[in-house]
Amino acid sequence: MKLITAIIKPFRLDDVRAAVHDVGVHGVTVTEVRGFGRQRGHTEIYRGAEYAVEFVPKTKIEIAVEDTLADQVIEALIKSAKTGKVGDGKIFVSDLTQVVRIRTGESGASAI
Amino acid sequence: MKTTLPRLVLFGLLTFSIASVWAEDAPSAAASAASQEQAPAAAPAAAPDAAPAPTEPQLVGVDKINSGDTAWMLTSTALVLMMTIPGLALFYGGMVRKKNVLATLMQSFAITCVVTLLWWLIGYSWAFTPGSPYLGGSTRLLFNGMAFMKDANKLTVSHLALTIPETVYAMFQLTFAIITPALIAGAFADRMKFSAMLVFMSVWSLAVYCPIAHWVWEPSGWLAVKGVLDYAGGTVVHINAGIAGLASCLVLGKRVGYGREAMAPHNLTLTLIGASLLWVGWFGFNAGSAGAADGRAGMAMAATQIATAAAALGWMFTEWLAKGKPSVLGIASGAVAGLVAITPASGFVGPTPAVVIGLVAGVVCFFAATALKRALGYDDSLDAFGVHCIGGIIGALLTGVFASKEISGVDGSVVTQLWGVGTTLIYGFVVSFIILKLIDLTIGLRVTEEQEREGLDISLHGERVD
Repeated sequence: MKLITAIIKPFRLDDVRAAVHDVGVHGVTVTEVRGFGRQRGHTEIYRGAEYAVEFVPKTKIEIAVEDTLADQVIEALIKSAKTGKVGDGKIFVSDLTQVVRIRTGESGASAI
Repeated sequence: MKTTLPRLVLFGLLTFSIASVWAEDAPSAAASAASQEQAPAAAPAAAPDAAPAPTEPQLVGVDKINSGDTAWMLTSTALVLMMTIPGLALFYGGMVRKKNVLATLMQSFAITCVVTLLWWLIGYSWAFTPGSPYLGGSTRLLFNGMAFMKDANKLTVSHLALTIPETVYAMFQLTFAIITPALIAGAFADRMKFSAMLVFMSVWSLAVYCPIAHWVWEPSGWLAVKGVLDYAGGTVVHINAGIAGLASCLVLGKRVGYGREAMAPHNLTLTLIGASLLWVGWFGFNAGSAGAADGRAGMAMAATQIATAAAALGWMFTEWLAKGKPSVLGIASGAVAGLVAITPASGFVGPTPAVVIGLVAGVVCFFAATALKRALGYDDSLDAFGVHCIGGIIGALLTGVFASKEISGVDGSVVTQLWGVGTTLIYGFVVSFIILKLIDLTIGLRVTEEQEREGLDISLHGERVD
């Protein structure tokens, strides 16, 4: 099993959800996050006082999938999240050692 | 001025204990006919009666009351109260950081309550009854003698507004006495103890606001006799609040982290709603200062609307040119600057001078709140000084330039206006400074650094938003 973590532009979220749903993903966790990468922040000015906002708002999504589905999901993520401009985000893939469904107690791939 | 200053300072101190007694002993000024005309609300006053114009509150028959005037003044009173709660509370509340929003709203609300009781107890009598040129008398302490007698068909009226019940006049003026200290709070936002704030505002209201209102607005006041023009409070309200704000941010010092940490406004939606309520309420403030539903009220309303629009655009375009973007905070701040500047002038000027006053206020206040503040290094958190004091001075001086005899029956003089401006700046700054220092030495003025970091909502009030 793999845990796919993607940092994307917030406004791409709906398209990303639809794309991963189409390849068979049944659950996604979404978090609003801030961070910096190559995309630069911006400056806000309030009555002449300038504040540099270094951390850019992003959306983090986490998806647990079976190994066989991982490549398809990654491809769907790239297609749906891409705008071609700096700041489109990153995808991190890591091995997932265990998954447990809390309601039933079942574990492993069937719990995804 | 050399002899006046120490006298004024001394007077401020005396106020706490024996002022009203002293005031009655002082030689009363010859309230000239000219000063009667210049009183802000005396407009429809002296009807073609043979009797001389009244100089103190008096009992009259109910048939002297004009229902149109009374209806408008009741409405204006409600409008001006709305300027403070919730108008100013939201305007300021949106500009502070989220951790201080409740504390900021609380200041406006608590000031409203405290000043109301002080006004009933002492303030109205000291400000709006004849006494000496320096302070009103004690005849209306606890609203004593203010009457409505149903069976006798009699009631009292103020000599400043002869066609409306004195109760309405006293409540209308109360709303001005409320918003003035509430404006000061913008300068020391985020760092004053609530207890210290209550003490400061109480003492300030009686030692600074009441005397200055008396000097400028009560026909026997020494600045009124001099001929200083202040239709709705450019001097009494705005210069006065702004300079007290400067004194308070100088005594308190800067906020922790000022200039190093982000102190961006947390919700400009609140600020824009607040500015809008201020704008709407200001029709009561300025057009209500006619004391009547008459042509001068209409002219004041027109000047107010036009000057405000010009100032809002003036600030917006200046900011657009200087900083690259027209901001929401900028246009709202510009509108308030315009409202401030037209306050003394409305009722004296026509629509075209109103445009000039608005534009000048919008542009100059932009630089006061940005460049001047940075250059001088004080932390006037929400620009009470930069907008209200500077805007008030612009308005007061330009009133001297543009006052129209056709509209108001008087000519303006910049030199006379300078007397009003200078006196208020000096008296207001010195007495405010002294009050603040005394509070600092006794109960302490400022919250601890830890409380300030945590936010005043939690540390002072034990509450927070979301």
